Amino acid sequence: MRRTDLEAVLEAKGISKRFPGVLALDGVHLALLPGEVHALVGENGAGKSTLIKVFTGVYHPDGGELRHLGAPAAFGTPLDAQRAGISTIYQEVNLVPMMSVARNLLLGREPRGRFGVIDATRMYAEAARILSGYGVETDVRRPLRTLGIGAQQMVALARAVAVDARVVIMDEPTSSLEPREVETLFGVIRRLRDEGIAVMYVSHRLDELYQVCDRVTVLRDGRVAHTGPLAGLDRLKLISLMLGRDLNEVKAGGLTRFSRDRHRAADGQPPAVEARGLTRRHVLDGIDVSVRPGEVVGLGGLLGAGRTETAKAIVGAMPLDGGQVLVAGLPLRGGSTTAAIRAGISLLPEDRKAEGIVPTLSVRENIALAALPSLARAGVVSDAKIDRMVEIFMRRLRIKAASPNQLVSELSGGNQQKVLLARWLAVRPKVLLLDEPTRGIDVGAKAEVQALIDELAAEGLGVLLISSDLEELVEGADRILVLREGAVVGELTGDQVTEERIMATIAEQSDDMVTIAERSDD
Amino acid sequence: MISVASSRREQASRVLQQHGALMVLALLVIVGSLAFDSFATAGNAASVVVSSSFLAIIAIGMTFVIISGGIDLSVGSLFVLGGVLAAYGSQYGLLMALALPLGACGVVGLLQGLVIARTGMAPFIVTLAGLLGVRGLMLAISQEGATTYLVKNPAFASLGQGELLGLTYPVYITAALALVAMVLLQRTGFGQNVYAIGGNEQAAALMGVPVARTKVTVYVMSALLAGLAGALNAARLSSGVTILGIGLELDAIAAVVIGGTLLTGGAGGITGTVAGVLLLGVIQSLINQVGNLTSAFQQVVSGAFLALVVVAQRLLSKAQRLS
Repeated sequence: MRRTDLEAVLEAKGISKRFPGVLALDGVHLALLPGEVHALVGENGAGKSTLIKVFTGVYHPDGGELRHLGAPAAFGTPLDAQRAGISTIYQEVNLVPMMSVARNLLLGREPRGRFGVIDATRMYAEAARILSGYGVETDVRRPLRTLGIGAQQMVALARAVAVDARVVIMDEPTSSLEPREVETLFGVIRRLRDEGIAVMYVSHRLDELYQVCDRVTVLRDGRVAHTGPLAGLDRLKLISLMLGRDLNEVKAGGLTRFSRDRHRAADGQPPAVEARGLTRRHVLDGIDVSVRPGEVVGLGGLLGAGRTETAKAIVGAMPLDGGQVLVAGLPLRGGSTTAAIRAGISLLPEDRKAEGIVPTLSVRENIALAALPSLARAGVVSDAKIDRMVEIFMRRLRIKAASPNQLVSELSGGNQQKVLLARWLAVRPKVLLLDEPTRGIDVGAKAEVQALIDELAAEGLGVLLISSDLEELVEGADRILVLREGAVVGELTGDQVTEERIMATIAEQSDDMVTIAERSDD
Repeated sequence: MISVASSRREQASRVLQQHGALMVLALLVIVGSLAFDSFATAGNAASVVVSSSFLAIIAIGMTFVIISGGIDLSVGSLFVLGGVLAAYGSQYGLLMALALPLGACGVVGLLQGLVIARTGMAPFIVTLAGLLGVRGLMLAISQEGATTYLVKNPAFASLGQGELLGLTYPVYITAALALVAMVLLQRTGFGQNVYAIGGNEQAAALMGVPVARTKVTVYVMSALLAGLAGALNAARLSSGVTILGIGLELDAIAAVVIGGTLLTGGAGGITGTVAGVLLLGVIQSLINQVGNLTSAFQQVVSGAFLALVVVAQRLLSKAQRLS
């Protein structure tokens, strides 16, 4: 519930923060009240991260005042902010992977026995008790890294809350969670709210904001564009506030930027790539996929259903126990990404940071990386050739960078993704495998990437699209294969391509359903 | 509900990672006993244990440093400095024979720790400077190594030479230190902080771990233990021999890594380190038993074994991640 009569736990009063050449925050006012879930939204570069870092003591404001429990506050370090009861859950889990779950959860607060020595039995029992409140049932003596990302996220959350938090700031907490885990997380958030804790929730996923948040603050270009209750605020209105664009313009364009027409893949054409019976023990169980030129094929399914693995298997980045990939009817040498790239198959990987960009190289070098072999003559590459190619792609993909020589790590997430896209387009692929191409990038950049996928397909490129965003999948794909437990469990074409059908196909015949069916038979 | 059960394979690879050295040690002892009559004698066992105890003391300190994500190359030089200072100090009594080496080595450790923790310089470089500087210091106080101070204090000499149940005192001191180190590492907040820093320094800082203080502490501990080992060795030899300790830091690192502690930090333990030290000792003893092989072969075998362990660790951690 909204309780405006209460005093703010944490308040930004006209906060400004300047970086060389940029005013990242410009007189931002924001009050976090006890017992509210406050959404913070805005495009990448709007100042969300900067504001979070000011709240948590990482950055120090250049102007304005930070107030904590009604008194002026200055947090010198993240530790100071934590001691004041402000806990942060970062997008990437910030725990120690090799230490046990229990030790991560209770580090610094372990129960002590005789001689001040840690009482392991009590520590494990306490950790298990705390975690069961978060829906995590696991052996707490295992190293943290053996848990799934979702469970790790829950441990981080449990730890953050257990440190007597009054404010919990969550930065994209659901970006790597499964729907089931998201539900558990929301349950916990609601419990925190009822306990009078202020929660700041940062997410690009609008559905989630409406499910769990009470109020919303919209940042745009470092200023507050809107603050108010979320209920009653129209979804399109919210997006237009974030983008600073006219409401009608957004309405006309829809929420995704895919065109409403399906692509016309010539039915008679042979597939650009065809995978037959891809099998790897415990991961893939005989997957058949084919993509025709000009067709966007979607891969649906839950996290861990084998979508990413299918894409990796097609480009030869994962060893297989069986199956083969055919390009133009000829089998591809397995286990070799070089062979796949030569045959015209490129993968835009899911984890941009770890498997994609090379942060220490420039935009230009990142784009040219994969195309270098094809540009080289006798091993020597012409600089002018690269410059021309880079220029074309930067213009075509609307990559926003100060110059081609800017470090790619200085770009926003959306622009980094475009750089990667450019890298793979530069090798002139016949088929592009896109694994979560719009994850973690802002609404504007997302729309541009989606529009680009459309354009590319229209030009005859075959696209395999993997996305956890059902809306994106439905609007972007001509045909959807639904995966479950490493196998294709359904193919949706034409009018069948709807969110409801995807979810129904995922749920169909799954173990729980079978049990229920059996019970009703009794 | 998010429930995750440990798979059997994952558990097995974890056990192997932690206790692999111990298993190989047991295997070697069994094989040695069957192959050579003179191997499984009380005398031979005692000689392996006694000669391993000095390396073990150093390796205990090294374990803390490596788990914290660091490395300490200065321990070999600190070992010889400790020995020379102990022999020199012994002319003023037992107290000085211990206080002088521990004080000097402690200061070196403190300086190294402060530089590493405060400036963020690589431990490899800082302690390499320590290795060179400390050995120079030792040469300076011993007239280029020409002067060998003799231990004149019988009480101090007995600390290194006295026997109980067929084992010299340093063995018991080592065992006591290992026990204390085990409790310190597994059951205290300090130990947890060491693991946390080695596992993910940034996360540890965000979780409120006093990173700088913990780092300084491990380097001081490592230096103190190296100095103590040197002092005990001087007591055993009745003199401060100046040509010892060259390459000893590498033996200590090898023992720690063979014992299952990851060189990248964040995982490992004292039991493994002790097993690693004994394993090196047993390998040497076995090679002596073969007779016609020179002791150079011991280094070849130890080196090959170390390479094997590193490969095995890599495979094991891969297996754990996959399951």
